[in-house]
Amino acid sequence: MERSEIKNVVVEFLIDEFEIEQEVITDEAHLINDLGLESLDFVDIVVIIEKEFGFKVKREEMKDIRVLNDLYNYIESKL
Amino acid sequence: MNRRVVISGVGIYSVLGKNIDEVTSALYNGKSGIGIDEKRKELGFRSMLTGIIQRPNLKEHLSRRQRIGIPEQGEYAYMATIEAFKNAKIDMDFLENNEVGILYGNDSSSTPVIESIDRVRETKDTTLLGSGSIFQSMNSTISMNLSVIFKLRGINFTVSGACASSSHAVGMAYFLIKHGYQDIVLCGGGQEVNPESMGSFDGLSAFSVRHDDPQGASRPFDMGRDGLIPSGGGASLVVESLESALARGADIVAEINGYGFSSNGDHISVPNQEGPTLSLQRCLQDAGLKSNAIDYINAHATSTPVGDTMESRALNTVFGNYNTPISSTKSMTGHEMWMGGASELIYSSIMMNRSFIAPNINFEKPDEDSEKLNIISRTTEKELNTVLSNSFGFGGTNSSIILSKYRK
Repeated sequence: MERSEIKNVVVEFLIDEFEIEQEVITDEAHLINDLGLESLDFVDIVVIIEKEFGFKVKREEMKDIRVLNDLYNYIESKL
Repeated sequence: MNRRVVISGVGIYSVLGKNIDEVTSALYNGKSGIGIDEKRKELGFRSMLTGIIQRPNLKEHLSRRQRIGIPEQGEYAYMATIEAFKNAKIDMDFLENNEVGILYGNDSSSTPVIESIDRVRETKDTTLLGSGSIFQSMNSTISMNLSVIFKLRGINFTVSGACASSSHAVGMAYFLIKHGYQDIVLCGGGQEVNPESMGSFDGLSAFSVRHDDPQGASRPFDMGRDGLIPSGGGASLVVESLESALARGADIVAEINGYGFSSNGDHISVPNQEGPTLSLQRCLQDAGLKSNAIDYINAHATSTPVGDTMESRALNTVFGNYNTPISSTKSMTGHEMWMGGASELIYSSIMMNRSFIAPNINFEKPDEDSEKLNIISRTTEKELNTVLSNSFGFGGTNSSIILSKYRK
């Protein structure tokens, strides 16, 4: 899967599922400080990643993900 | 400490209407909220009868994080609570600056439990349940969600006492406020209506099978009754000390004069006469009133053959000499179960403030016990100063509450 496709999928679920405004979703957006996500939301992100990209996510693998670019990199590395 | 306790705001979302005005009109007009749910037939139910209710869309009111832990009955409870706080003249600014508690009645949350177990069995992966499932699944789901949404910082727990849950919740709040432990407590009851939550109850053959006449199926006290109809929604009451309500300039809905409770200590599903009688007597004693002071009784009567008989006998024992007017609003609503105690206090307060008795519809022919009672089968204009509401539940739990018009 191309990186641009990964980004499209992630941006779409951030807008549809998490009701985040499109204009704050940038590559360098901080998941907590800019997107307003909190600890419980990461549980739901794990569910969506597995559904959309077809691999199992371990919570500990996500601990270094700070901004959206980190998330794209992580997904890319698992595909 | 012995303070006067009042209800300063009420809100409702039920099969009779989505707010107090709609419900008032339905009660006055003797409108039934019962219908047929075909899905129950597919699921192998004996009865397809149920209260019919439309789920609200909370998206316009709450954020995703606030909504994600709320199950069906929590949605109804939330809608009822918005109306109750508004009527009580309580806004978010007040809630942020004053301590308010919550005691809510709820005794199941079936759909989230069933769906999460199904999913784990299918995927063998609990992380796939997401973050909302746990908060939707627990019996305390309503009190935990509403306390967070409305920033409540007083007493906070759910009362699970079967079909008397929310009546006991109001009774507990009354005690806490009367004795000075709390000033304001949000009370109420929520009841899910989905078929999955009612399968095991249907399995007891406790529901009416009068499918050819859904609106005639709930007939408390009538000789032809053949079972209850499950129903639900949400009902909220702001219970408050008189001085707190007056200080805020609230319009007082009713005063709570007394709470009586008892347990049958007998059969798990078959009620008896002695338990409800004791609950009624204790309630009168707590209110310092005699039987002849009660102008109207909102009976628990669910339309089951044995339940109505036992309540008839208890009512006849305590009120038999006074021809007290009685109706069961379950004839219109069906059995609102965990919510019923709270909703029926609201129905009673509406009747008291609007000076009418809502009819026990479908009461056509009494049986040998109900013929001794003054069952009101047609809407009756009447000044009501003091009313009593009964709620009983599985395990033999009984609750009775007396309300009166507020007088200085």
